[in-house]
Amino acid sequence: MLDLILSIYEIPVINILVKIVAILVPLLLTVAYFTYLERKVIGYMQVRIGPNRVGPRGWLQPIADAMKLMFKEIIFPSGANRVLFIIAPTIAISTALAAWAVVPFGAEMVLADINVALLYILAMTSIGVYGVILAGWSSNSKYAIMSTLRTAAQVVSYEIAMGFALVGVVMAARSLNIGDIVQGQSGSGILGWYMWPLLPLFVIYFVSGVAETNRAPFDVAEGESEIVAGFHVEYSGILFAIFFLAEYANMILISVMAALLFMGGWLSPFAEVSFLGLGSSFLAGSSIIWLISKTIIFMFLFLWFRATFPRYRYDQIMRLGWKVFIPITIVWIYVVGIMYYAELAPWFIKG
Amino acid sequence: METILFYFFSAFMVLSALMVITVHNPVRAAFFLVLTFFASAAVWLLLEAEFLAVILIIVYVGAVMVLFLFVVMMLDINITELKAGFVKNLPIAIAVALAMFGTIYYVVGGDQFGVEHFATPDRHAADYSNIAALGKLLYTEYVFAFEIAAVILLVGIVAAISLTLRRRPNTRHQKIEDQIAVKSEDRLRVVEMAPHARKGERK
Repeated sequence: MLDLILSIYEIPVINILVKIVAILVPLLLTVAYFTYLERKVIGYMQVRIGPNRVGPRGWLQPIADAMKLMFKEIIFPSGANRVLFIIAPTIAISTALAAWAVVPFGAEMVLADINVALLYILAMTSIGVYGVILAGWSSNSKYAIMSTLRTAAQVVSYEIAMGFALVGVVMAARSLNIGDIVQGQSGSGILGWYMWPLLPLFVIYFVSGVAETNRAPFDVAEGESEIVAGFHVEYSGILFAIFFLAEYANMILISVMAALLFMGGWLSPFAEVSFLGLGSSFLAGSSIIWLISKTIIFMFLFLWFRATFPRYRYDQIMRLGWKVFIPITIVWIYVVGIMYYAELAPWFIKG
Repeated sequence: METILFYFFSAFMVLSALMVITVHNPVRAAFFLVLTFFASAAVWLLLEAEFLAVILIIVYVGAVMVLFLFVVMMLDINITELKAGFVKNLPIAIAVALAMFGTIYYVVGGDQFGVEHFATPDRHAADYSNIAALGKLLYTEYVFAFEIAAVILLVGIVAAISLTLRRRPNTRHQKIEDQIAVKSEDRLRVVEMAPHARKGERK
């Protein structure tokens, strides 16, 4: 029996499908419970309780929400382009999930180990803009299209700053392959991570990521306290839920990329550290648990930002992206170039 | 398998390119142009040019077409007006089309650069890196061409900005650098005054 299962697993298509399921099912479960965590965390930060009615301590709340959205009616606005109206959320979710194909979870745990992994992720996020554009345009609504223009302009602007921030990482690691980038940070524990020499780029990457996913404090696309919603104002039921799912999958993607590119991914912070003999203890081993805990730090930051900062005004968002972030990244790329030629230890030593 | 994929994406590309010029609505035409870029990126992937394929998607699909769609969506385009000059412009259109076809035929089909003049490219091993090969060529053999292209692009950016820049000093807008530089003394004056009873208040 076991032999039969193993021989079926050897078929390439089956093998890849199993891996895809092994990535997507935990991802979607994380998304579901991330929404629950968000409501709980923000609740506690605002001295409320948060959802506590469905199931013990409200643990079944995301499932109840999903059920509700699934059984709601999908309303097509009059004059809407039906085909594009349905394609828009499909593009949003498929690009958000397709980007996960190149994300490594360990030295050997990766679905598609490709040379251009970093560019592939940038390409997927830039195709994701079309979900927004199509949604706004096909709704045949003035409000939706105005919000589409705002959201798309914001995403395209911050993509540039994000791309420049990643140029620094690529220069340091001399590779676009995410596995190689993580390996480039190994050797001296927490000090070897790229977040130290690339600190401005690291901050800019994460803040641009927050702006890219349209999260607070850059959530002018759906400022709940001021407007109903943005580009998806005409969407209801499961189609709206899909936009929601894509947004959260993108947030987790930004978090895991920040952990991989700047904080050493699955490498242990204690590896090869002589202090207190930590380098030889069980804590020094690299494992997926390190990656997950680093990712959770960034996921928590998303929620913390939302509960803490007041919303940016739209012109301030544009000013921050174009006049602050892009100049800083360009200057820091020169600094990285100098560090590269100086072969600054332990990050820029040529192997 | 590869041949099937090639014909699938090529047919997809040709069909969507045809749709770009036949669809009446300009926004839909732009969306079909996006599909065309996408299919050509897939064809480049089959040529083992993965770097160029991904760059094509990032630059053209992710940036150029988004800005293009912005413009097309904001314009109030009258479709009947667009169709009006069709017959009048037909001879010029045919002449341009024939000239284009002639050049393409000269390049692709003729004796100069035809497919039969080139050997079939070798299939590379799995560890072949398209980026490393491209980088080596660009920064060694073609470094001057590369730098000249970069300077021309920079000039283009400066020219575009200086053409569209209008200084309008009379508009009411925020000067953010002044706002950041402001101190509490500039805005707030603490006044000390003796307490006094208001009218009707008991002392």
